[in-house]
Amino acid sequence: MKTNDIILQTATKVVLFIIVLFSVYIFFAGHYTPGGGFVGGLLTSGAIILLLLAFDMKTVDKILPVNFMYMIATGLLFAIGTGAGGLLFNVPFLTHAFTDVDLPILGHLSLHTAALFDLGVFLVVVGVTMIIIKTIGEDD
Amino acid sequence: MSLLHLAIISPFLLAILVPIVYKLFKQIHTGWFVLPLPILLFSYFISYLSITSNQQSVTNSFSWIPSLGIDFTAKIDGLGLLFALLITGIGALVVLYSIYYLDKKKEKLNNFYVYLLLFMGAMLGVVLSDNLIVLYTFWELTSFSSFLLIGYWYHREKSRYGAQKSMIITVFGGLSMLGGIILLYLMTGTFSISEIIAQSDEIFSHSLFVPALLCILLGAFTKSAQFPFHIWLPDAMEAPTPVSAYLHSATMVKAGIYLIARMSPVFAEHSLWLWLIAGFGITTLFWGSFSAVKQTDLKAILAFSTVSQLGMIMSLLGIGAAALHFETVEDGYFTVATTAAVFHLINHATFKGSLFMVAGIVDHETGTRDIRKLGGLMNFMPITFTLAIIGTFAMAGLPPFNGFLSKEMFFTGMVRVLEMDIFNLDTWGFLFPVLAWVASVFTFIYSMIIVFKTFTGKFQPEQLEKKPHEAPIGMLISPIILASLVIIIGFFPNIISNTLISPAQAAIMPAEGYVYDTHISFWHGFTPELFMTLGVITLGILLFATLPKWKGVYGLFPEKLALNRFYDSGLSGIQQGAHGFTRWYMNGSIRNYLVYIFTFFIVILLSTLFIKNAFKFDASNVSAIKFSEIVLALVIAVASITILFVKSRLTSIILLGAVGYTVALFFVIFRAPDLALTQLVIETISVALFLLCFYHLPQIKDEERMPFKATNAVISIGVGLVVTLIAFSAHSNKLFDSISQYYIENTYEKAAGKNMVNVILVDFRGFDTMFEITVLAIAALGIFGMIKLRLGGGKKNENK
Amino acid sequence: MEIVMSVVVGILFMSATYLMLSKSLLRIIVGTAILSHGAHLLILTMGGLKKGAAPLLGENGPYTDPLPQALILTAIVIAFGVTAFFLVLAYRAYQELGTDNMDKLRGTEGND
Repeated sequence: MKTNDIILQTATKVVLFIIVLFSVYIFFAGHYTPGGGFVGGLLTSGAIILLLLAFDMKTVDKILPVNFMYMIATGLLFAIGTGAGGLLFNVPFLTHAFTDVDLPILGHLSLHTAALFDLGVFLVVVGVTMIIIKTIGEDD
Repeated sequence: MSLLHLAIISPFLLAILVPIVYKLFKQIHTGWFVLPLPILLFSYFISYLSITSNQQSVTNSFSWIPSLGIDFTAKIDGLGLLFALLITGIGALVVLYSIYYLDKKKEKLNNFYVYLLLFMGAMLGVVLSDNLIVLYTFWELTSFSSFLLIGYWYHREKSRYGAQKSMIITVFGGLSMLGGIILLYLMTGTFSISEIIAQSDEIFSHSLFVPALLCILLGAFTKSAQFPFHIWLPDAMEAPTPVSAYLHSATMVKAGIYLIARMSPVFAEHSLWLWLIAGFGITTLFWGSFSAVKQTDLKAILAFSTVSQLGMIMSLLGIGAAALHFETVEDGYFTVATTAAVFHLINHATFKGSLFMVAGIVDHETGTRDIRKLGGLMNFMPITFTLAIIGTFAMAGLPPFNGFLSKEMFFTGMVRVLEMDIFNLDTWGFLFPVLAWVASVFTFIYSMIIVFKTFTGKFQPEQLEKKPHEAPIGMLISPIILASLVIIIGFFPNIISNTLISPAQAAIMPAEGYVYDTHISFWHGFTPELFMTLGVITLGILLFATLPKWKGVYGLFPEKLALNRFYDSGLSGIQQGAHGFTRWYMNGSIRNYLVYIFTFFIVILLSTLFIKNAFKFDASNVSAIKFSEIVLALVIAVASITILFVKSRLTSIILLGAVGYTVALFFVIFRAPDLALTQLVIETISVALFLLCFYHLPQIKDEERMPFKATNAVISIGVGLVVTLIAFSAHSNKLFDSISQYYIENTYEKAAGKNMVNVILVDFRGFDTMFEITVLAIAALGIFGMIKLRLGGGKKNENK
Repeated sequence: MEIVMSVVVGILFMSATYLMLSKSLLRIIVGTAILSHGAHLLILTMGGLKKGAAPLLGENGPYTDPLPQALILTAIVIAFGVTAFFLVLAYRAYQELGTDNMDKLRGTEGND
């Protein structure tokens, strides 16, 4: 199936980074404004799907040589690990901790273990979506 | 946790080690590692004799589920100790015997000893628990281990059949017993047997008393193989012979007798108790001994003989309970029956145990147990022959063995039934001694069959699989010990009379301030009992000699009436019925299942709404409506209804997308930015997914199956209505305050976040989210598996 | 608004049920998707609508109830997973068996 979708491809190259950047922003901003792991993950996978639509499976594999199964596993490990980490400090499973730090350039920053948990969610969502789309797409 | 508790659970602990030991020491028979435990336990329990022989008891409690009144209370009294000694004593002998019986290379010894230890611990638990729920738990565990042991040679069809049969019947009885226990709890408010006994006078007139009595009896009768539930015991003989000797003659089948003895103080005031027990017992005694004569398999004869002897003990307990009923414990008139019951219980364990072991030896050394093939073994195995003579003569009630003494006492008890002035027993009560006497004649005959058909007569070497020879000495030790006990008790019965029998009696029939004193004497003078015994011997010899001539009597009983036939057809009937019923409603059509679900949904929710009077319509607290919202509502309604009527696949996917995006817009209006974002992105990905999936599939002729179905429409309109009603009512009834205030207040203080929804997801309700992503991961694995792995090897579609 | 939404939810449930009772596997899947939309809106409606600002600290209170929103967010993602699973199931079933008619997918006698 060779079609001429030069417009789509060109547009994708530009839009892709905007979407990915936005998804990263939305992921980190999740604690204060709408967003978070779910939406961030879904947006990222939306971007990759756009890439898939514009190009084809092989190109995407070349650009993103990621085994999404590992990504799911890593995400789950992050989520469970963050939860289990609390056990080391003798607090119940999934108790989060946070602290505020002031860094020289970045300014005031709030560090939070919940962000790690959310990173797990993010990774799982991206992994799952991509596994679903890719397995169906590759099946022919 | 006391030493007594430890003694009860020690078999379970050893059972955990057995597989390890089996793996480590392949060269040594695993039985040698098991053997010390029952010996140790036996000597431990012996030490309690000094306490119980004063007719005292020891109680140790260990809190288990205190909120339900269930404590693991171990109580050791005369009755419990007698059984504990039987379990550990016979257990030790059986383990020793099994070491020689079971080949260490061919058999799965790890399984065998795990099951056997499981049984030993469970049985100890049954007889030493004072709490009925604990007793019940161990009781079912004995059924369970018996099931495993009968099915030990599970590759045999008959083993599996016998195991299943015993399981079904005994567990059925066990469940009924549980019912009885719960009824008792309802009446007394306690599960403790001693406390229930203390209240027995108060519950006598309770309306649940008789149902509880019947339930408990059903449990005891099934376990102790009483007529008509005895049918499982002959089939249980598929178990290895040591197991038959242990579980199915000496211990487990006596659990029912134990239960009846234990519960006698509670129920014996009611005449139904003695009447039922004595009646069922005497019927079982007669039927068992009568059926034993026609068997051709040595173990089958012994099985029916066990059935009949259990019936005998049972009937004695029933008659003995009359002493409690008439409150005439002190004059000892009816208590002689209980003495006989306890005495025979011990005797039966000794002679029947040795006989089973003899049968096992014969089987082991000749390869068959069929008495038609056996004969003339006397010259090859003289020791076994001697043992068989001792065992069978004791069973037949011949002097000077212990069976003679208990048989005499049995006759005494039966004759005294005539003196009971209830149920017109003075008129038809004569049936008891008559049936007892006839049964004893049959007992005599089958005892003679066992010994003489096997060991005398014509030797038929061509029928045997092996050349017979005497068993190895290790295999003979256990039956020799048992047989010597038969003789010792026969000559000196009074060594156990006040150490074992009287304390047990004190537990069965407690009488305030009365100390049982039992004295068993050999010679009573020329009493009716003596003449009954003489009659048994004379007629028995006569009938045994003429056996071939009257054996035709058994042909008179048509096979169709046999209880086994009834059991088999009942079981297969239940299976077919269940299968038919399942086939009828689980007919493979998903539409039907959904119709069931939705119909129940409508009916149950509507009726609950009306019964609870929960339907409420309150329009006062609603928010304002804007024009744009009406438009959105219309869009979503029209889109979802249009999907019902479109034929094209693509159109319905686009309409679904329209619904989804409108929902996202609603989220925006309802101040849910997170939801709106997520919904928008997910809807996009879902539509892409739908299109991707159906891009591959060829067009299906949708036109063929788009007929409008009235039932579907009715059901779906019903569901819609119910949901609307619930939404109304849920909004109008505010029964609780929202718990959200907590989250609103603590979002910043406790979690340092400002987006409450996100904070709830990752922090307050992090567990939800964790499992949610796990579900997602599972879904992805499932999809990956379905597409990539191609399980099942189904043929590939050609038109792909 | 709650009353309007209750009716909308009822209509969504009705269409979903009707679709799920049909024979075509695709229509059943579309039905489950609509059912989840209906359920989400139902939860939101039951919690009360437009009670205040979006549940973000910093907005001017009072806020709308954040808990139903958190529940729905979880439900949306799960619904996505389930729908995807169903879709692939249908897709594979069609590939292997050549039909998406539920009456033909009933399994065979004695296959239990």
